[in-house]
Amino acid sequence: MSNFWSGYIIALTTVFLILITWLLFATRKGQKADQTDQTTGHSFDGIEEYDNPLPRWWFMLFIATIVFSVVYLVLYPGMGKWKGLLGWTQIEQYQDEVVRAEEQFAPIFARYVDMPVEDVARDEDAVRIGQRLFATNCSVCHGSDARGAFGFPNLADNDWIWGGSVDQIKTTLREGRQAAMPAWLAVIGEAGVRNTAGYVRSLAGLETENVDLEAGQKVFQTNCVACHGPEGKGNPMLGAPNLTDDIWLYGSSMLQVQHTLRYGRNGNMPAQAHLGEDKIHMLASYVYSLSQEDGEVTDTGRPKGR
Amino acid sequence: MSTATTPTAYNYKVVRQFAIMTVVWGIVGMALGVFIAAQLVWPQLSFDLPWLSFGRLRPLHTNAVIFAFGGCALMATSYYVVQRTSQARIFSDGLAAFTFWGWQAVIVLAVITLPMGMTSTKEYAELEWPIDILIALVWVSYGVVFFGTIMKRKMKHIYVGNWFYGAFIITVAILHIVNSAAMPVSLFKSYSAYAGATDAMVQWWYGHNAVGFFLTAGFLGMMYYFVPKQANRPIYSYRLSIVHFWALIALYIWAGPHHLHYTALPDWAQSLGMVMSLILLAPSWGGMINGMMTLSGAWHKLRTDPILRFLVVALAFYGMSTFEGPMMAIKTVNALSHYTDWTIGHVHAGALGWVAMISIGALYHMIPKLFGREQMYSVGLINAHFWLATIGTVLYIVSMWVNGITQGLMWRAVNVDGTLTYSFVEALEASHPGFVVRMIGGAFFLIGMLAMAYNVWRTVRQSESAEAEAAAQMV
Repeated sequence: MSNFWSGYIIALTTVFLILITWLLFATRKGQKADQTDQTTGHSFDGIEEYDNPLPRWWFMLFIATIVFSVVYLVLYPGMGKWKGLLGWTQIEQYQDEVVRAEEQFAPIFARYVDMPVEDVARDEDAVRIGQRLFATNCSVCHGSDARGAFGFPNLADNDWIWGGSVDQIKTTLREGRQAAMPAWLAVIGEAGVRNTAGYVRSLAGLETENVDLEAGQKVFQTNCVACHGPEGKGNPMLGAPNLTDDIWLYGSSMLQVQHTLRYGRNGNMPAQAHLGEDKIHMLASYVYSLSQEDGEVTDTGRPKGR
Repeated sequence: MSTATTPTAYNYKVVRQFAIMTVVWGIVGMALGVFIAAQLVWPQLSFDLPWLSFGRLRPLHTNAVIFAFGGCALMATSYYVVQRTSQARIFSDGLAAFTFWGWQAVIVLAVITLPMGMTSTKEYAELEWPIDILIALVWVSYGVVFFGTIMKRKMKHIYVGNWFYGAFIITVAILHIVNSAAMPVSLFKSYSAYAGATDAMVQWWYGHNAVGFFLTAGFLGMMYYFVPKQANRPIYSYRLSIVHFWALIALYIWAGPHHLHYTALPDWAQSLGMVMSLILLAPSWGGMINGMMTLSGAWHKLRTDPILRFLVVALAFYGMSTFEGPMMAIKTVNALSHYTDWTIGHVHAGALGWVAMISIGALYHMIPKLFGREQMYSVGLINAHFWLATIGTVLYIVSMWVNGITQGLMWRAVNVDGTLTYSFVEALEASHPGFVVRMIGGAFFLIGMLAMAYNVWRTVRQSESAEAEAAAQMV
């Protein structure tokens, strides 16, 4: 802020507060000491006005708020560049709170850093912490129960688009993932979309009427195998899903599969590196725990959202 | 006849038109409010139709109740009050008629464009630029008609009610024109002339003064006429009117930044917004005191006069919400209340309790007089309306207090490890009972308005044109 604008704000505020105070005292001057029956003599459509004094408690309240404000503007920023005697700023308040939280909570997460994920996933307290981290940071997309939704993968089963090893889960968390299923309509045409959709569904054992499976297979072999593999079993390196199972991120209906082929899909898992390595460790352990067979620790008695 | 004779009658035609449309738009706006309140209880009520979605109907609800219902109430009463307290016929019947038809056109355009998804995205200023221009034209004409009438007045002084109406008309013109400045890219789309934090500041400078001038100063003007008139008592203190008028209009202009606490708005602006909001408490209460104390010596009338009850309860809600406002402007309180239902409750304490109740009271006083009747068709129905409105408002604001504080506390609750105790959905689930109560409260209020519509209809139908004509004569 330039000196000019700072001076402008200070001058405007000061003059304003003085005027308001003056208004209050000037109006009070010469007022009756007590309630009166005397009117001002005006009459508007029969309405008259008494010349009663300003209520004393109201006057005091007015003064009190002005005094409070002046004190506040001395202590806190408000008057242009004046920083206030307390030196308070909202960004510093935030930073202080973050530092305090780090000091308070970091040791809790640090306890588990050196423990392998497989062990953390069996520690009841650790899973509870992981679940809370999940509720705060992940549940918006993946759901409170981690079972996902349309376009958001289920993390509680044993099917993994980008791989389910501890390292792969951590990479997903740290760096995020960008899936890119291209749009094929321009390449394979509407008939190609239809036949290929039928063929892809057939890989998962779904039947479709009125499609040329052979033509679909041909399109698939030419265009899709690079990512999804010759048998359609997918490739976790590329985030290409397995098409032969009954798990469908974007739906298995003929309409949805055709839509996927026609226009492509762009899944986006945002990077969570800002959480710090300790919390990523806890989250990875929690997500890992969800898909373990012996999962007796998964129920922590916390109410599940819908 | 363009003879130079002094007119012998007030222009009641435009007042009648605005008064009737106040009731009509009140019902439309409040019905929309009840509907979107029901959507929050049962989200499937959007039926997956874009034009029935909450995001489009909510701005239609706010525009309909503030500008259609509130605007018609203000225009009806200000034209009535300014003529009677100036003892002069309105300045230019033609321009007054333009303000009526122009304002109705604005509202109809809002009813069409907002559900279609056309919006400037500025809260309480969602209408797109061609409609904004029409609003500016109508509003400037309104100012010409109002101040033209003041110029024609037969007495030396200007009545305090007209100070408030005048301040409201001038300031709303400035607010609307500055905040709606935009660059059109097509007939239906424009982008704000401001960017970033400046845009936010301009928006809430406008937003809070829409509250301060449209919903407060204007309705204080109404209060200053109809309370002493209905109670048949002099105004309590002329001195108090002077100091609270000037302090109120001077302070409101500063208060906008309290909508932007703990945001990208610079600290200094937030602080100034907060302290000016606090100082605003006493000037706001000045209006309540002046209204309430006007009743001293006439309190017994409340037992028999439901119209006076509407006016007094409106003042009580005004006092309550103007205490709540400065408290919520304090940063520490705001940190809890901001973004929660508490804000919605606060707004409706003002909108239902103050704005709607004072308007309803004023209409019940004014409509029989406009149509040359002794009183409304049914006083019993006014009484029933009073209780429906009061209970409805209380249900609404109490449920939103409970919801707001619940949400604020749940959002900030943390576990021993620093993680959030509740996910967002859990706070939403906890709010569900409050949503139900709010919907019921809103429905109460709406049913009251339907009773009013019936009562008004019967009153108007009883009126004979000779009676109505005689009523408009200047005595």
